Amino acid sequence: MSAVRTFVDLLAGRRDPAALAPRDWDGVIGVARSEAMLATLAHSLADAGLPPAVATLFADQRAAAKVAQAQALWEAEMARRALAPTGIEFVLLKGAAYAAADMACSAGRQIGDLDILVLAHDIRRAENLLLKAGWEWVKSDPYDDAYYRQHMHELPPMIHKARDRMIDVHHTILPRTHRITPDALALVSDAVTSSAGFAVLNPADMACHCAAHMLADGDLQGGLRNLWDFHTMTRDFVAADPGFWGQLDGRASLHGLQSAVHRAARLSRDLYGAALPDGWDRQDPADTWFRRRLFARDDWGRVTDPLLEQAFYIRSHWLRMPPVMLAKHLWTKWRKR
Amino acid sequence: MTDRTYRAAPPGALRIEPLGELTAIFDRRSMQTHLVVSPMPEILDAMGADACNAAGLATRLAAAFDLDVAEDVKPILAERLSELAAMGLVERA
Amino acid sequence: MKNKLRIAVGPVQFRIGSDWAEPIAALARLYAGYPQDDTRPADATVRLFAARPWRRWLRPSVHIGGDFVVPDALPLPLSMGLLAAEMGMNLQVALGWRRHMLLHASAVAKDGRALIMSGESGSGKSTLAALLGEGDWRLMGDEFTLIDLFGGDTLAFPRAVSLKNEAIAEVAARVDPARLGPLLAATPKGDIRHLIPRADAIAAMHEPVRPALLLFPRFGGEVAVEPMGEGEAFVRLTEASTNYVALGEAGFAALTRLVRETPAFGISYPDSAAGIALVEQLWAEAAK
Repeated sequence: MSAVRTFVDLLAGRRDPAALAPRDWDGVIGVARSEAMLATLAHSLADAGLPPAVATLFADQRAAAKVAQAQALWEAEMARRALAPTGIEFVLLKGAAYAAADMACSAGRQIGDLDILVLAHDIRRAENLLLKAGWEWVKSDPYDDAYYRQHMHELPPMIHKARDRMIDVHHTILPRTHRITPDALALVSDAVTSSAGFAVLNPADMACHCAAHMLADGDLQGGLRNLWDFHTMTRDFVAADPGFWGQLDGRASLHGLQSAVHRAARLSRDLYGAALPDGWDRQDPADTWFRRRLFARDDWGRVTDPLLEQAFYIRSHWLRMPPVMLAKHLWTKWRKR
Repeated sequence: MTDRTYRAAPPGALRIEPLGELTAIFDRRSMQTHLVVSPMPEILDAMGADACNAAGLATRLAAAFDLDVAEDVKPILAERLSELAAMGLVERA
Repeated sequence: MKNKLRIAVGPVQFRIGSDWAEPIAALARLYAGYPQDDTRPADATVRLFAARPWRRWLRPSVHIGGDFVVPDALPLPLSMGLLAAEMGMNLQVALGWRRHMLLHASAVAKDGRALIMSGESGSGKSTLAALLGEGDWRLMGDEFTLIDLFGGDTLAFPRAVSLKNEAIAEVAARVDPARLGPLLAATPKGDIRHLIPRADAIAAMHEPVRPALLLFPRFGGEVAVEPMGEGEAFVRLTEASTNYVALGEAGFAALTRLVRETPAFGISYPDSAAGIALVEQLWAEAAK
């Protein structure tokens, strides 16, 4: 069996780690690293029977992930200190939100930039306060800058001068020129407060955003990780509230994200063994493409199907922009190379 | 500059280790290491548990050190407090 | 990947894959004397790869990758494939190792204590360590030194020593030619030849040693010794560590302890003989 399938089986609990041969671990660890999920795997297998070298490596990874998570949450805290004086509300998104809410998927999860959501009319003020508090624009191509402001769903990225960490300030969760337009006002007004005191999306909105980020927004980079987030959060939300699937359907409909959310659920079933209710538990031939993309890693961590990767890159841009703009954007990007 | 009020880090948040002329401070919340010199360690020490501004700090420091509680100490302390806030070691109250 | 090798250095188990056979063969020769364990899973993966399939043969150009890849890094010609492999091993450890604090430093041991020499390329730390290692010191490493986070001991990471330019002749004059790798001329770092550590250094590579002296060497200029305070040593070592920030409080504690317990000096010296003399003098004083 391929390393990537073994990796997925280990996470899903379908494979006993003690049954792996010592040399199988090279491939599994290689895949896990390339998907930025090594510490996630380390948490999943924390109590398993492992070769000593693997157990030690996993202990290193869990410890390092704890440090990294504290650093990431600190960015959220410093953003709060910068924005609090004028009362600008913001909602944490993605990794920082999962950590702030102490969710299962946050165990060992790598968090990159800080992503926050503010209301559209607050975005200029937020920008000024962050600049005052020591963030600055990441130097960028002027075309990219105009593109970001007019068409993307965030300010151009900012980086903190002293701490050297990035923040992405969003006012919707998908680009303004996207074919789907989630309801940003609803996202913010229906946010909930996490145990750490930060606002995060409510459960149904969080699952919608996760699916949107994975399928409608990105080019499926980091797909296995985003899918794992979706799988564990929906599993835990359902355990806390059996009516969750219905709420999720409702919210997905409000945001125009039903297709993405249902697809994410089916892929969670196919890869991670999620149990789906009626109405969700069907087969869709188009899922095959997505599954192939998710499994396209060899045991040295390389993407095995570059054509597939191309197809997703083009598709993700197609979803983000009206066709006329797409051609110009790709042409400009290509010219610069 | 307005004399802003600041609050120190909660007990246990900072690990402070003197290293000769420098003081190394590890902030357990941010995982950051700060290297500071006088009067930063003295200021942090003087702040204690309650909120404090430059004026209040000047009084406390004068009690411990041989300082004139003259007007010119306060702007300096206000600047230092602002720097400590940028480092995350104190917070605006 | 078609061409593969596994190498264990200190606590790190590498697996190295390559689109070409030559770098693997060169590595295999350098590391032939190191212990082999084919069943132990790899901690770090290095890949030497061609950017496009036809670049394996047409102007073959070696890109360095693995667990970590530096985007836009310039590749090396196949003739320098061995250098690419060594750089790849450095890169993966520098970016990925979390078990010990990693210092950009050479280290040698004598009488159960370690001398750590921290400095940038060109400081002379590698040459001094290599020469000391040919005398009555145990070479622990020329590029990276590991510090145990709990006990504070120094751990060896004895890779093939990277000798540059004038140091090549200086060391070659003192060792059996069988211990030298091929001459890699005119690399981006000058002429390079690798030195295989002595067998006893390889055999002892898992033995931890308490640090006793910390030096910051500077090659070139008059002989000078300048004691260094704890604060300055701390700052310099954070700059010399690739993983200090990632280690959190454990890194802070380990570094604080190291600078408090280990006397430190900046030294400058005009040539190796003077450098060695300074080392021996400061070591004798530290041992009192």
